[in-house]
Amino acid sequence: MTPVLALERISCTFLSRDDASERYTAVDDTTLLIGEGEFVSVVGPTGCGKTTLLNVAAGLLKPSTGTVTVLGRSLGGINTRAGYMFQTEALMPWRNTLENVVAGLEFRGVAREEALERGDAWLKRVGLSGFGKRYPHQLSGGMRKRVALAQMLILNPQILLMDEPFSALDVQTRQLMENELLELWSADRKSVVFITHDLEEAISLSDRVVVLSAGPASHPIGDYAIDLPRPRDVAEIRLTPHFIEIHAKIWRAMKEEVLKGYAQQQKQ
Amino acid sequence: MPNSRSNKARSGRLRLRALQVLVLVLLVVIWHVLTSPTLLPPIYFAEANQAAFFFGEPVKVFARLWQWFVSGEIYEHLWVTLVETLLAFLIGTVSGVVIGLWLALSPTASAVLDPYIKAVNAMPRVILAPIFFVWFGLGIASKVALGVTLVFFIVFFNVYQGVREVSPVVLANARMLGASPRQLLRHVYVPSAMSWVFASLHNSVGLAFVGAVVGEYLGSAKGVGYLIHQAEGFFDMNTVVAGIVLLTAFALLLDWAVGLAERRLMVWQPRSIETERT
Ligand SMILES: Nc1ncnc2c1ncn2[C@@H]1O[C@H](COP(=O)(O)OP(=O)(O)O)[C@@H](O)[C@H]1O
Ligand SMILES: [Mg+2]
Repeated sequence: MTPVLALERISCTFLSRDDASERYTAVDDTTLLIGEGEFVSVVGPTGCGKTTLLNVAAGLLKPSTGTVTVLGRSLGGINTRAGYMFQTEALMPWRNTLENVVAGLEFRGVAREEALERGDAWLKRVGLSGFGKRYPHQLSGGMRKRVALAQMLILNPQILLMDEPFSALDVQTRQLMENELLELWSADRKSVVFITHDLEEAISLSDRVVVLSAGPASHPIGDYAIDLPRPRDVAEIRLTPHFIEIHAKIWRAMKEEVLKGYAQQQKQ
Repeated sequence: MPNSRSNKARSGRLRLRALQVLVLVLLVVIWHVLTSPTLLPPIYFAEANQAAFFFGEPVKVFARLWQWFVSGEIYEHLWVTLVETLLAFLIGTVSGVVIGLWLALSPTASAVLDPYIKAVNAMPRVILAPIFFVWFGLGIASKVALGVTLVFFIVFFNVYQGVREVSPVVLANARMLGASPRQLLRHVYVPSAMSWVFASLHNSVGLAFVGAVVGEYLGSAKGVGYLIHQAEGFFDMNTVVAGIVLLTAFALLLDWAVGLAERRLMVWQPRSIETERT
């Protein structure tokens, strides 16, 4: 089976803006293959290059070396098959909730009336019906994430790129959103690359967990299949013995990298 | 409970207003007492009516204002000043937005023009007035031109800043949602720049007004600035002060209108903290 998204031998080296001789290799020789309908989480210590990798997959960043292939075609510009949910606030603050959700349809020239209708339907699906007229600053953090989710999903992308989408939320809201995400995903199984620094979140959501080493020159150091049954409830599944077993196994491999990453941040 | 609290707040506000009015009344009374030739013996000046010559007399100033409005002769001048202000504001804003967007989005052009923009901005632009009189005559156009040179730079720098400060994440998100370069301009850069333009609205309207009045003062046949200049020629201090009072009231009115427009246009911007007001 050919992968839906293939990142092969990707390296990303950043040049310092002030001093061209100062360079930093965030990601080095990383290969990541995402299959059809597969939910893959990428975990790694903060600053190791997760966002960088996702930007490469989105076509927002050209890798220094390596190739990106989407559905068998080499990626030139923006990855139009992918939806991207950003780590930080990405909604247009001057558009209200509904206008944000339909932005992608508007850019694609969908008729206004149809766009608004679909936007309303999506607002309902993410539990925000009645909030269409509010502006982003009038919503809670969790609600804004829902808007971002609807904004991405309304375009029906084949690939979802999600960069620590829920890391800014409190634990309860987060588990709620994780369950909602799984439910939406199970309806039509898109391919997902889910970035997180939270191993528990990664295991409870995914079919596969890829562990990145600490930077610089971050690269995968482990690839674990998660054979937990679906449908899952992210809160309950954490308490099952099998989950704990998987967690212990991956954590053992990760611990060293986390400590390394921590030591590096101390140095800076 | 909340009712009594809001009552207290309201009575506090009333007290504040009363005090503010009291200050105004007090100032006018002091002005009146010190300038009236008959109330006090001359304290500083040799002659009794010399204070009135330098500072005007409040009663006569208000009489002059009253006469202006009753006879209706002031409306023509106010209208001219208003038209000049609005035209300067509109033309300055539009050109500032267009050129600001262009330079912010094309690094080469902005790098080439950078020293010139700095130079023109540093120049005291009021001295351009005589040139504008030669180019555009003594009518409305020269005042508008002067106002435009003042407004343009305020708007230009704000647009430039606004484009530079566009959140890269919002931009990347719009691109991922399929926005073309044109759509990015229209749906991301322009709204972001406009928020900066609106933030400087008070400033730019104020400067358009300054341009209009200074232009009238320096050479014209109509407008409130012209009235002041003319009265000055006859050493008619009461009319000069009446003109200044009128301009101040006019400026406050403009500022209030801008505030209204601002609240309308900037609904999407968070104000510090919003809760229900009772
Ligand atoms: N545009 C850039 N220029 C220079 N360095 C960058 C740039 N983007 C990211 N980096 C560096 O690359 C490393 C990885 O960043 P990032 O991918 O954001 O990490 P993560 O998402 O895993 O927390 C960091 O050390 C960061 O400082
Ligand atoms: Mg990141």
